[in-house]
Amino acid sequence: MDDLNTRPRPRPRHSLLVRLTHWINALVLLVLLASGLQIFNAHPALYWGQASTFAKPWVAMTAEPRGDGLAGYTQVGALKVETTGLLGLSNGERRGFPAWATLPSYRSLAEGRRWHFFFAWLFVINGLAYLAWGLVSRHFSRNLFPHSAELRPRSLWAEIKDHARLRFHHGRYNALQKLAYLTVVFVLLPLMVLSGLGMSPGVNAAWPWTFELFGGRQSARTIHFLSALSLVAFVLIHVAMVLVSGPLRQLRAMITGGEAPHVRGETR
Amino acid sequence: MTSIPRRGLLAGAGSALLGLTLAGCDQITRNPSIRATLAEAEGLTKAAQRLILSPTALAREFAPADISPDFRANGSLRPAGVAYRDLAAGQFADWRLQIGGLVDRPLSLSLDDLRARPARTQITRHDCVEGWSSIGQWTGARLSALLEAAGLQPQARFIVFHCADRLDTFAKGDRGLYYESIDLVDAFHEQTILAYEMNGQVLPVKHGAPLRLRVERQLGYKHAKYVMRIEAVESFAHIAGGQGGFWEDRGYEWYAGI
Repeated sequence: MDDLNTRPRPRPRHSLLVRLTHWINALVLLVLLASGLQIFNAHPALYWGQASTFAKPWVAMTAEPRGDGLAGYTQVGALKVETTGLLGLSNGERRGFPAWATLPSYRSLAEGRRWHFFFAWLFVINGLAYLAWGLVSRHFSRNLFPHSAELRPRSLWAEIKDHARLRFHHGRYNALQKLAYLTVVFVLLPLMVLSGLGMSPGVNAAWPWTFELFGGRQSARTIHFLSALSLVAFVLIHVAMVLVSGPLRQLRAMITGGEAPHVRGETR
Repeated sequence: MTSIPRRGLLAGAGSALLGLTLAGCDQITRNPSIRATLAEAEGLTKAAQRLILSPTALAREFAPADISPDFRANGSLRPAGVAYRDLAAGQFADWRLQIGGLVDRPLSLSLDDLRARPARTQITRHDCVEGWSSIGQWTGARLSALLEAAGLQPQARFIVFHCADRLDTFAKGDRGLYYESIDLVDAFHEQTILAYEMNGQVLPVKHGAPLRLRVERQLGYKHAKYVMRIEAVESFAHIAGGQGGFWEDRGYEWYAGI
């Protein structure tokens, strides 16, 4: 056994700043999602372009009379399905998303906005800290950007097969994982901020590109919603992957740091 | 075997946990000091927007082809009460806009007087706090010219718009009346007008006849409809709920740039 006193402390698998910003981000995104659904419920319909076309939304959650009572419906494009209990109508109340998904649970656009904008600031500050650190410490170049060898079709295909068989190589991130994280960090999360700003009349006046980028305020609102949905999908897969690849070890590593994998031929 | 009861137990525990979380969340959302903390972000948002938004920057103006055929009307659609009904019946010929408060020369203006004042026409996007938008053309008297004519006194910091509609019929006294306020940066902005025309027609009742405020770089609830009286004040703390507007008194941000 090595003498723990003379051996340098192993470099953690996840650095302190990554762990800290990761958990802050997880909490902040949960609040942003729930308060965002509260805001969405004030007008549970989505449009493309600058202005709303009230008679023709591309997504709408409604409650309509059926028989003696009401039924909830969700319409996406030409498709319309009954979603009573979940979307359009839940607990006998007309609302886009149900009470358990929104913050506050009761209907309050004013309070939803207060939560959303307060946590939006936390999200931006936390995100900037992570980005700055990722660049300075070379976390991105070292851990997140895939090597060209990893991106070869044969290599990617092998990884897809491994994932399908739930066979994971512990240690460094694999290429699919890297691509997923890069998409979240550099595409989806920045898109949330930009599409959020694209809905602000004040920011629109200062920086017209914030809505031009999306083709209008209503498009920005739609993109905001779709990016949020994509993030929810990412989190579900992310958590599932943790659960099938040694959840306790993974969770411990993300809290205490864990131990960096030993990679042959590389000095750290 | 045990899988079904266990599943039932899990589902029961799950929904109990969810119920507890929800109750916990609502206890948090109703806590006054947490509400006060959350409201702090408004100052940061306003400061950030004022930092990037020059006082003269204009909101985007659109082409006539962009005008929404289905511009939505929100809030009051027709103020109740005999006084307003009589004014509307007479095409607002007897209506006068009062401009007072901290001004040197209080004004009382008819619609014709307003039409004779410096005017502006603009096609802009109306952004409701609920999330929808409609595009409309507005023609109206420039607020800056009216305030200059009235002569603002140096201590005036806000312009308050008192409206004819009682949007909350349960609230007592002036608490239920619609009103709004803006600061001088927005009051003197080029696109801030008191609109008497919409889409080239006389302003319809549901959109605020005879006069509605347009303050294009903020959300729809700032655009007070049915404006009867304009008051220059140093502080709006003494008016109604003290937060500077009908919706502000009900928890919405005074600065509605987002």
